[in-house]
Amino acid sequence: MTFSADTRFHRQLFLFNGLLPAVLILIDGWRGRLGANPVEFVTRATGVLTLVFLILTLLVTPLRKIYGWNWLLKQRRLLGLYAFFYGLAHLLTYLAYDRDWQLQTVMGDVYKRPFIAIGMFSFLLMVPLAVTSTNAMIKKLGGPRWAQLHRLTYYITIGGVLHYWIIVKSDVTYPFFFAVVLAVLLGWRVVASIKKARGAAPRAS
Amino acid sequence: MKDRSHIPSSEVTPEETFRNRRFFMKSAIWAGSTLATAGLYRTFSPRPEVKNTGAAIATVAEPTVQTRLGADEKVNSFTDIAGYNNYYEFSTDKSEVAAKAKDFVTHPWSVQVGGLVQKPRTFDLTDLLKFESVERTYRFRCVEGWSMVIPWVGFPLSKLLNQVEPLSAATHVAFETYYDIKQMPDSRYAGIDLPYVEGLRLDEAMHPLTLLATGLYGKTLPNQNGAPVRLVVPWKYGFKSIKSVVKITLMDREPPTTWSLANPGEYGFYSNVNPKVDHPRWSQAHERRIGEMGSRPTLMFNGYAEQVANLYKGMDLSVDF
Repeated sequence: MTFSADTRFHRQLFLFNGLLPAVLILIDGWRGRLGANPVEFVTRATGVLTLVFLILTLLVTPLRKIYGWNWLLKQRRLLGLYAFFYGLAHLLTYLAYDRDWQLQTVMGDVYKRPFIAIGMFSFLLMVPLAVTSTNAMIKKLGGPRWAQLHRLTYYITIGGVLHYWIIVKSDVTYPFFFAVVLAVLLGWRVVASIKKARGAAPRAS
Repeated sequence: MKDRSHIPSSEVTPEETFRNRRFFMKSAIWAGSTLATAGLYRTFSPRPEVKNTGAAIATVAEPTVQTRLGADEKVNSFTDIAGYNNYYEFSTDKSEVAAKAKDFVTHPWSVQVGGLVQKPRTFDLTDLLKFESVERTYRFRCVEGWSMVIPWVGFPLSKLLNQVEPLSAATHVAFETYYDIKQMPDSRYAGIDLPYVEGLRLDEAMHPLTLLATGLYGKTLPNQNGAPVRLVVPWKYGFKSIKSVVKITLMDREPPTTWSLANPGEYGFYSNVNPKVDHPRWSQAHERRIGEMGSRPTLMFNGYAEQVANLYKGMDLSVDF
């Protein structure tokens, strides 16, 4: 069996490496090694991991089209679910430690702080995508409609990067890095769709 | 043409070798990816390893200054105090500052004191260490919403100002941090204009709680905490307590301050700790005390209202934030 056909191996590899940061955070937490401000670190780490996995899902299509790595498609759902998983962990950290579980204060906070609103909205958009990630749901929605719904990922990732950018006090190096990568990935899609339209155009004109 | 359908058996990879090769490849990918993921995590996770290597400073007792903590308040560990720092000249990552500031050169050092004074003077480090030192354990509240309790060593700023004799026209004091991009290469990512500048009103600067700190935990300051000499104004947000001071200038007007230059809507000149005036992007009503998991209510003037509230009588603190 060639590497690109060994789906089971890919699955295990992605599953393990996706979970590894969460396991390391838990181990460090257990040993009291999350630094002086563990809450701040866990909040930032889970937030950044959410963005990382969102970016990875957006990398799949370009890598398939450019390098023909079609085997990646079978792992995209897992990447997306990891984005949701870390997003949920990020939200729970906020609810537990920023809000002290005073859930009635969340609406006020969303209203008062634009970056919270953007983050919350982006997370809520992830929920329908996680729910419709099963094979049964893909069949039920039909391929094109499912794909259309899952293009929400673009807006979720833009929201995520914006959310990060706004909370930073003055050093925007990391949010800038995510913004550039995202711009390249979305830009590639725009160029690809223009090329596709041009390719089809001569016959029409 | 050679018949390709009959490959000599000597050229066929034996099944066992093929499997071994496959096993080896997979193991390598497992090990490589695990190391990469864990390594990436380690790069970003906090690993402060700090030791108190400063020289001891002798202090005298001072029974008259009341700076008592609450019964439920504990002094933070040296690791917390020296391993979690905002010092943007070195890094914007608080757990990275200690490592990045390790080789910062603080000897020789001099502080130039001038402006509207009778006797302008440059103090070198030995001059500063000649001032009678006291130990003051203060709450320290960062504008970001976390706080610590720190046992500073230093002397009231008023003692130094009295030596240079401020003119009657002087109303404010400006401070400046040392800046050298060669020693602080990461400062280019700080996102704020440097050198870092701060300021106080003269009466705030002369207040007995306002300290020029030269140490903590009984020893000279670690680099990351603002060695060799820094300001400590316990009732204001931490960024007012400017680090590694090289210049003190008496003025007749409010001096510019770094964070209010960077973002005037979010950071004012006064920046007194005030639970009732929120930062535009987060609440200031509560704080997370480093070492505790829950949050505790933020106290007016960081718990020093009794000593300093009279400085702001008649002022609207939501306007002069």
